[in-house]
Amino acid sequence: MSDRIADVHGTATPHGRGTVWPARVDLRLEPGIAEADVDRWVQSACLLCSNGCGCDIAVKDGRMVGIRGRATDVVNHGRLGPKGLYGSTDWASSPDRLTRPLVREGDRLVESDWDTAMGRVVARSKQLLAEKGPLSHGFYTSGQLFLEEYYTQAVIGKAGIGTPHMDGNTRLCTATAAAALKESFGADGQPGSYTDIEHCDAIFLYGHNMPETQTVLWARILDRTRGDDPPRIVCVDPRRTAVAREAERTGGVHLAPRVGTNLALMNGLTRELFVHGWVDEEWTAGHTVGIDDLEAVVEPYTPEHVADICGVAAADVRRAARIFGESTAVLSTVLQGFYQSHQATASAVAVHNLHLLRGQIGRPGSGVLQMNGQPTAQNNRECGADGDLPGFRNWDNIQHVEQLARAWDVDPMTIPHWAPPTHAMQIFRYAETGSIGLLWISATNPVVSMPQAARIRDIVRGDQCFVVVQDLFLTETAELADVVLPAAGWGEKTGCFTNATRTVHLSEKAVDPPGEARSDLDIFLAYADAMGFTNLDGDPLVPWRTPEEAFDAWCSVTAGRPVDYTGLSYARLRGPTGIPWPVNEQHPDGLGSLYADGVFPTDTDYCETYGHDLLTGGAVTAVEHRAIAPAGRAFLKGAPYTPAHEEPSEEYPLLYTTGRTVYQFHTRTKTGRSRSLDRAAPDAWVELSVPDAERLGISEGDRVRVESPRGAIEVRARVGQVMEGAVFAPFHYGHWDPSGSAPDAGHRLANELTMTVWDPVSKQPYFKTAVCRVTRLGDGDGPAPAPTTTASAPARAGVPGTAGGGPTSSEVLPQTPHYPLDPSQSGADDTRAGRS
Amino acid sequence: MPHLSTYIALADQSEKTLADSFRAVAAGHAAEADVFHTCHQLAGWSDEHRERLAPVVERYGEDDSVTEPERLHASGVAEVRSGPVGLLRDLQDLHLLATLVQTTWTVVSQGAQGLRDRELLEVATSASAETSRQLTWLNTRMKSAAPQALIVEP
Repeated sequence: MSDRIADVHGTATPHGRGTVWPARVDLRLEPGIAEADVDRWVQSACLLCSNGCGCDIAVKDGRMVGIRGRATDVVNHGRLGPKGLYGSTDWASSPDRLTRPLVREGDRLVESDWDTAMGRVVARSKQLLAEKGPLSHGFYTSGQLFLEEYYTQAVIGKAGIGTPHMDGNTRLCTATAAAALKESFGADGQPGSYTDIEHCDAIFLYGHNMPETQTVLWARILDRTRGDDPPRIVCVDPRRTAVAREAERTGGVHLAPRVGTNLALMNGLTRELFVHGWVDEEWTAGHTVGIDDLEAVVEPYTPEHVADICGVAAADVRRAARIFGESTAVLSTVLQGFYQSHQATASAVAVHNLHLLRGQIGRPGSGVLQMNGQPTAQNNRECGADGDLPGFRNWDNIQHVEQLARAWDVDPMTIPHWAPPTHAMQIFRYAETGSIGLLWISATNPVVSMPQAARIRDIVRGDQCFVVVQDLFLTETAELADVVLPAAGWGEKTGCFTNATRTVHLSEKAVDPPGEARSDLDIFLAYADAMGFTNLDGDPLVPWRTPEEAFDAWCSVTAGRPVDYTGLSYARLRGPTGIPWPVNEQHPDGLGSLYADGVFPTDTDYCETYGHDLLTGGAVTAVEHRAIAPAGRAFLKGAPYTPAHEEPSEEYPLLYTTGRTVYQFHTRTKTGRSRSLDRAAPDAWVELSVPDAERLGISEGDRVRVESPRGAIEVRARVGQVMEGAVFAPFHYGHWDPSGSAPDAGHRLANELTMTVWDPVSKQPYFKTAVCRVTRLGDGDGPAPAPTTTASAPARAGVPGTAGGGPTSSEVLPQTPHYPLDPSQSGADDTRAGRS
Repeated sequence: MPHLSTYIALADQSEKTLADSFRAVAAGHAAEADVFHTCHQLAGWSDEHRERLAPVVERYGEDDSVTEPERLHASGVAEVRSGPVGLLRDLQDLHLLATLVQTTWTVVSQGAQGLRDRELLEVATSASAETSRQLTWLNTRMKSAAPQALIVEP
């Protein structure tokens, strides 16, 4: 029986380079339930990070009672992480589930029924359409819904109402991944595969604390770094994370750039490739455009200049670049340390530049993983609930718009394509002024997760905009809504979702939702019916009634696009493993890595975007794009470093950065309702470096006030691993306090301090570049409530270790199953052929 | 070369007007966070163009006594308008000012070509390229703002 709170990554299964990752099946059942007691197991995939681990849900007496990893799934080979094990099912039977619709009566939300609640939504919607037109409507979704729900939402919004104001909280976590992929390769789509881990000889993790954000993927890396012929790790992170320690252990490098200076570092690494002749001239000549401009942009960034800007040693810059330049197969992964920080898109694009300059993309081991924060973020991007057009179509290309108009049988003028889709921060700005009069929020909690929280609270609470919230619980956002609709969650409905490596899973309904809660799909369909949306023939615009019908409709609009689902069906997804798109006649079993042939979706008539100026976000026109004639070549794009929007001053001398911990997910809606997880990280904290803490007279566990020009929190201090001059706060904690015991619950919301500012290209808000000051308030009553097993580990010994997870089991299989498309297993890599 | 020095003065002056106007629009529409930050950034580009031009101005002398191009001097955005339509019109004003800057650089670079003044040619060409990027951003931002501003009353 293993305690996976104490042992986050579980039993190691080290193996050598080029060999298959062994299978290990992790299982957790509620206390008192044995495997023999389980009535049935229902196929699904885990929804508590973007890794998308295949799993089965245990059902007993009509209730979800546990979870087991699927040994045959290509993503996880049977493993699950602590969030998946402890957090997947407990929330479902929580007594505070929303079971009936709520409507606002004055300053109170009162229980109601579906007719009344949906009646209010529809009445408001019709009134606004009549008075102000479609641009009065905004939809803000999630990274938690299923593909079928996003696609239905997209059709309703784009072809039913005709509003460009659609986005998801994916804007906060994965917009930069999408934007960077589009800028470099012409369209969204993860180039790499998790199997690259087995074949690489170096792994670069950029702003990616993988041991906490994707624990199973990190276990896969540890199994390489602890086995024969291990890869070297290079870590870019201002905290001394487990990645940083592994970098030191494997002979790699830990680069800790000053918060907000990522791009200067990337420019320095890029320059080194040019200076040392590590550029693959022949390959770049045939497969890229823009190399001369890039070389000119990075020219000033000598290692010494980078050292000045970033506060890292010039020798470390050289050493990291040498590892990149001399390795035969580099895998890069990128996450929020880049995406939510200054010059996000330009920095993420710089990762692509390094790979393109070396010609290292699409071969086993040579890959890029622009990670997602949330489990279904990819589907939001694919289906267009985030504003993009479905199927990675280009809003600026009228032929792409006409394809959709034909598929939906609507006038192309109905589909908003006259300007870029409205991003979340702009949607909330329109809601702030009342220009958007109906804002529909599904499965997300912006009052906790968006920057400058006081402003977001006012927007949601105010009378200028009617707010509908659809969720499992009465979140901090739902409390302020005008109508609250109770939704069914994972395991209570059927649908598909796609992980960060394009792998599509089917998640089947295991149990009924509680009370009157309905699936998000059914809620959207009920709205569409009540609004009476029709196509040009006068038939219902949304003809499907079931998830499977919605899925089939989606597959058909992906034909001919990079995100080709036409070879997929529910029947195929009921097999042993998830399947990575594209799945079509050419790739009937899917495709592990993209771009093995060095051909990219950049053709002017095919691409998803014509691109942007990385510094300003100014859009490249179709004519300009055509003049470049990319014709399947990837773009090398650079930008100079510019200082962050807020720099430390005498008044606010420290940098403030927010982030995550392994035991909580997003705003804790599910993980906070798991006893094991919540006890491991029950309350907020801030992390200070030892020298800063000493200067401020702060000891472990002291109560401190952290203040920025926008707001303040009062929490307990962890004297920990963050770099000097920086302060780290976890963003998970709003005022909801499941155990009722957190002294900091009312004043611990990390986003009180963050700024309203976003990346010019991806429009992702920056959560990591504010300034702050810290003052000591008084003694605490022991150590800070921060986990010790993670990057928030204390600097000094003496804090009791985080432990106490419920029992789980874990079994390493003696025989590793066969995994489709796995280059380590014979006959699997024919789809990768085409480049030697 | 009385007219070239006049146009060099015009380039300097119109870049200053553009920079001041970007800052005025930033301050006046600070609630639009991207407008605030981007306008400050782009104002900095115009400042930098003037810095690069300064040694050339020194050489030629900044002659603004000639009256002929005088009428080209555009007054900048001193007071911003309010609200979404006001933003749209202020961005349009900036676009007009940036266009004046760009055509001025075009004229100056022609003069520099004729004189084989490499330093001036380099300044005019590189500044003009960045003016194009200023114009592109303004165009992009106007396109985004227009539908909501024109159709929906807050």
